[in-house]
Amino acid sequence: MTTILIAVGILLVLSLIFGAILGFANVRFHVEGDPIVAQIDAILPQTQCGQCGHPGCRPYAEAIANGEAINHCPPGGQATIQALADLLDVEAIPLDGDHGEETAKRVAVIREDECIGCTKCIQACPVDAILGAAKQMHTVIADECTGCDLCIDPCPVDCIDMVEIGVTTKTWSWDKPVGPMSRPGNLIASDRQPLMEASH
Amino acid sequence: MPSDVTVFEFHGGIHPEQNKTQSLQLPLGNPKLPDELVLPLGQHIGQMSRPLVKVGDRVLKGQTIAINNGFLSSFLHAPTSGRISAIEERAIAHPSGLSDLCIIIEPDNKETWCELRPMPLWQESTKTDVLTYLAEMGIVGMGGAGFPTQVKLQGAQKNDLDYLIINAAECEPYITADDMLIREKTSHLVQGIQILQFLVEANNVIIGIEDNKEKAIELLQNELRVRQLDKQIKIAVVPTKYPSGGEKQLIQLLTDREVPSGKHPIDIGIICQNVGTCSAIYDAVVLGQPLISRITTLTGAALEHPQNVEVLLGTPIEHLLNYAGCDHSQLQRLIMGGPMMGFTLENQQAPIIKTTNCILAGSAKELPQPEPEQACIRCGMCEQACPASLLPQQLLWFTKSQEFEKAEHYNLFDCIECGACSYVCPSSIPLVQYYRHGKSAIREARDATIKSDHAKLRFEARKARQEAEAAEKEAKRLARKKPAPKADKAKVDAPTNDVTTAKADNANKAEKPANNEASKKLKIDLAIAKAKMKKLEKALTAAQEETRTEEINQLQTEVNEQKNTIQQLEDELTKVAPPAKVTKVANPNEAGVKQLKIDAAIAKASVKKLEKAIKKAEDINAPELETLKSQLTPAILRANELEKSLASAQEAAAKSSDSTATQAEELSEQAKADTKKLKIDIAIANAAIKKAKKNIDAMKAEGQDDAAIDASGLPQKLAEHEANITGLQQKLTDLTATDSKTEKPSAEVNPLADKIKKQKIAVALAKAQISKLTKRMEKEPEKAAEIQLEIEAKQAAQTTAETELAQLLNTQEKN
Amino acid sequence: MALLRITSPHTQRAGRKTSWVMLMVIAATIPGLVVQTALFGWGTLINILIAVAAALVSEAIILKMRQRSIGFFLKDYSAVLTAVLLGLALPPSVPWWLTVTAVSFAIIFAKQVYGGLGNNPFNPAMVGYAIVLVSFPVPMTQWLGSADVVATQDTLSFVHSIAAIFSSAPVIDGYTMATPLDAFKHKEGLMSSEAFASVEALSSGNLSSWFYVNMAYLAGGLALLYFRIITWHTPVALLGALAVMASLFYMIDASNAATPYFHLTTGAAMFGAFFIATDPVSSCTSNKGKLFYGCGIGVLIFIIRTWGGYPDAVAFAVLLMNFAAPFIDYYSQPRAYGHKKAKKGLKIGDSQ
Ligand code: SF4
Ligand code: SF4
Ligand code: SF4
Ligand code: SF4
Repeated sequence: MTTILIAVGILLVLSLIFGAILGFANVRFHVEGDPIVAQIDAILPQTQCGQCGHPGCRPYAEAIANGEAINHCPPGGQATIQALADLLDVEAIPLDGDHGEETAKRVAVIREDECIGCTKCIQACPVDAILGAAKQMHTVIADECTGCDLCIDPCPVDCIDMVEIGVTTKTWSWDKPVGPMSRPGNLIASDRQPLMEASH
Repeated sequence: MPSDVTVFEFHGGIHPEQNKTQSLQLPLGNPKLPDELVLPLGQHIGQMSRPLVKVGDRVLKGQTIAINNGFLSSFLHAPTSGRISAIEERAIAHPSGLSDLCIIIEPDNKETWCELRPMPLWQESTKTDVLTYLAEMGIVGMGGAGFPTQVKLQGAQKNDLDYLIINAAECEPYITADDMLIREKTSHLVQGIQILQFLVEANNVIIGIEDNKEKAIELLQNELRVRQLDKQIKIAVVPTKYPSGGEKQLIQLLTDREVPSGKHPIDIGIICQNVGTCSAIYDAVVLGQPLISRITTLTGAALEHPQNVEVLLGTPIEHLLNYAGCDHSQLQRLIMGGPMMGFTLENQQAPIIKTTNCILAGSAKELPQPEPEQACIRCGMCEQACPASLLPQQLLWFTKSQEFEKAEHYNLFDCIECGACSYVCPSSIPLVQYYRHGKSAIREARDATIKSDHAKLRFEARKARQEAEAAEKEAKRLARKKPAPKADKAKVDAPTNDVTTAKADNANKAEKPANNEASKKLKIDLAIAKAKMKKLEKALTAAQEETRTEEINQLQTEVNEQKNTIQQLEDELTKVAPPAKVTKVANPNEAGVKQLKIDAAIAKASVKKLEKAIKKAEDINAPELETLKSQLTPAILRANELEKSLASAQEAAAKSSDSTATQAEELSEQAKADTKKLKIDIAIANAAIKKAKKNIDAMKAEGQDDAAIDASGLPQKLAEHEANITGLQQKLTDLTATDSKTEKPSAEVNPLADKIKKQKIAVALAKAQISKLTKRMEKEPEKAAEIQLEIEAKQAAQTTAETELAQLLNTQEKN
Repeated sequence: MALLRITSPHTQRAGRKTSWVMLMVIAATIPGLVVQTALFGWGTLINILIAVAAALVSEAIILKMRQRSIGFFLKDYSAVLTAVLLGLALPPSVPWWLTVTAVSFAIIFAKQVYGGLGNNPFNPAMVGYAIVLVSFPVPMTQWLGSADVVATQDTLSFVHSIAAIFSSAPVIDGYTMATPLDAFKHKEGLMSSEAFASVEALSSGNLSSWFYVNMAYLAGGLALLYFRIITWHTPVALLGALAVMASLFYMIDASNAATPYFHLTTGAAMFGAFFIATDPVSSCTSNKGKLFYGCGIGVLIFIIRTWGGYPDAVAFAVLLMNFAAPFIDYYSQPRAYGHKKAKKGLKIGDSQ
């Protein structure tokens, strides 16, 4: 009996000591992190498009912090979902198609000769990427445009197009190799089949 | 072979098959001029050059055809005399196989030089002059990425330089261009080095050369001895090992120093220059010839006569391949650069550029397709080979699993992409491609973060501004309430049919009392400022007359300042007291039009809303679908009616203004305004048609039969709209005609142009319809046959329209 | 002909493919195999054949289940190598089902479950070995006495080996005995010198057999070094650490401890140092890491041999250090070109 008591006692003392050490370490080496909402917000693409159902990225960040699913942001796509999953330590799930599909990077372009200068698009643009004045031709500052589509609908004469940003020699890069069993060659990635059973 | 200086070692490295003898059998070749020279505007690192010439210009050999565009950019010169036949996108030498903007020169085979302005007395010029001159001669580093030479050399003006290293190592297999250059142009090269040394004043000048170039070493030693330079310029013979010619590795070999990660050699007092660059510097400074040609190795098993050639920049590669007797059936891999770091080309039309040191035309046997990738067995052979002392297998692991942070931690960005690891990997893993992918993914992510942060800032700034505006409005509203309660009331009581006028009046009335004082003060300030300005200007004129320079300057700045102040004051004033809007609403018709427009917009919006609601209802199959649908038609009707009345109102407005206007000038003004309005109307009507069409399509898509569609009245509306547009367009044409008449009474109206325009519209319309129909066909395969018929009809219409258009165009041209 | 679009480099070192590496390692075991067969009979060879067959079959089944190309992956010979190493490590007289168990466990659970070649954190051969050692300790610790000790040509006969391997009950007869290490461990209070004098398994004849075996593996290992398939770091560190530990304790207490010579020339010392610990997949990455890793194994071998429950210790020592390998990797990154200091650990954020 006494042995058991002694053993229990020793364990108790040990746990107290370790608890104290851990507590001390926590206080001593505490890392001041950003509040979680800010961290989530930093991952979101800041397109401010509202496709997630929130009026901007920050509100969605808040919603995620409160438990909303992390797969509602089409512009961010799978990369953002992955980053969110890593941050929040949850599983990365595929993008929720109800909120839209992930598209290639795009910018808005106004067909300037058709613009009637109604300024509706300016009011819609969340990042002030459109320049113009009433009754004057409007134009999009391509560098500032996040490709959020929000200016498309308000335009009464449908003169805004979303144009994909093509690849130039400056932005081009090698694809990721397909991985084992593939033979690098001049095939484009999509029709490169791994040499399955057929190999030799 | 004796080496003048101690040679150190670098980690790793490999000994691939040399394959250098093939291209050294024949002397330096001189291919004849090709049919055209293609000069990409981006042959160097940094911004593209800006073209100075236009299509059709005649240029002389050596003439500048493009100038630098910012700090890291370069000049470009015509490699031969001829005509600029185009400036367009062409396939360029780039691993992506993409095209880029190029200047195309059609040689006239005369090779007439432009006037050359060499700098034979460079010793007596200032360094800055020589550097500027080098920039204008388009000199860039010819060994690597094409870094503008003068930018590199400028670094030496700031730092003390320990070593000037001339890179003649040429460690890549197959390439012998530098070897050949040293043999052929030994004295030019040495003089080029002298010029460089004059510019940078390094404590040591060392030529680093691999021990497999015995002949070149001997010639160099002789030349240095003859010129009595062997004390100043040392030759370091380094053992043959790839990649000893890499800048960082050569530095380590010759000085035992390492370039700190993320820094440049200049930061540790070293500058590296390629031998090609040295000889180009000589050509430029002493002979006055800009960089328009270079020595390039043509080699590979697919060539019958592998050799080195002196070739004009812009020569298409195919031309050179044919010159060297290329067996195209053998050619399987075309590489620009060497087999270790070069990149493959798919298009043989791509041109030689300033950095092309080799064209390797490999046969399938010589450069077999790589084995399929196997799993990494972590054998560590890559690690033993890596000259940067990295852990390639770890980098592979992390880039493969997209753990880029870890990859960065394992120094991914210190990888020089030399390919030694891939070369030795027993599992045939394309390691370098993984690293390239990883690097660009990281860079992209960084850019995206920067962009998203930026977007966030702008978004937040906008939000803040909007809030401030709202607050301001609120404040104004509060301020207005007290002094002008009547106005407020008037606003409420104002008769609805004259809202606009009332509003404008109200706004003016309301703002006046609030702003009166501020605007008064501003006006006074402005008056004072203007008076001061006048005085200053007088003084300035006086000073100018008597040419009192100092005073003039002083006064000038003051005048400028004063101007600014006035501008500011004026701005403020406009803000405080916006110019009265009442004048604008002079035409009662216009007010009516505006009102109508608003109504039309509202009606349209309600149509839109209804449509949305219907769509939603359809999605969930809600029972209120029918009601909604029944609401839709009257809504559309109302919208259309409104638009019609809008149109007639505008017509009336136009008419009334027509009748009231008497003077020609006024008339034209009015006409212009009308044109604009009409255009807007047409655009709106067009949009309405589009929407109506969409509705019809949607209905069709829903499977409603034509009868139902007819019943809905949409097609009729559509027709009406179309008629409407035609009317409007007619009007527009008339107006334009009057307009041009009033403006330029002598100019004749061109009915043809109108017709052409119409015809064009018809063609475009037909096309659009066809594409719509095709889309529909995809959606409703069961109605394919029907739609096909329709499409054919439309296509026929299009063809007729097009032929007519062509005829019209013909006639126009004849006229 | 369409031109290829491939990333650089465009040439590869000819010949040295992964399958070549594996075959070279297999070839390097031949001296050891020959000596083992000559001294302990055909059992080892039969074991290896059984093991290879079992390995190929289990690998093929798993690849099929994972829907991978069977031909492609079998051709890298990694499964064969695992089987050969296991066959060499198992006692020559173990029943066939034990070999099959060990090999299939090694292939299925230690290799394929982790994602196949290159992804296994533990040395598959040693996992298989440890499993059967723990589950069937009796046959696993019975080694045939070498021919000149048991003194009948009988043990060397093919028939005898077949009988031993395929008989329904494990053969523990006069021909088998403990290995020298086992015997030394169980000397039960005897002084070292007495043990060497009296215990049969520690007779000079048996010891010299083991010496020959170890020397054969050393020769194979040197060949691997010569062909640069392995680097010197792991074996040298391992043997060095073992020798140092042994010398230390021999100096402290010569009467109870074995000589360093004994440690280096009996059991699986050389085999472990050159063939097991150098398995690239599960060992450390950098040269520096390999030194730590080898040292760790050497020390652990000595500790387990001296104080542990099992006579030989290579398997457990290697597996324990496999555990530690990623950790060692984090702290043994080489200093990369252009960096003043090597980076330590996996601290994210100080990379820039
Ligand atoms: S311009 Fe249009 S697409 Fe671009 S950010 Fe603004 S609203 Fe979005
Ligand atoms: S919404 Fe359309 S018409 Fe209006 S200003 Fe913008 S681009 Fe022009
Ligand atoms: S050489 Fe290839 S297989 Fe070997 S460790 Fe490096 S990447 Fe892996
Ligand atoms: S490519 Fe990069 S990782 Fe590979 S050997 Fe060269 S420097 Fe090292």
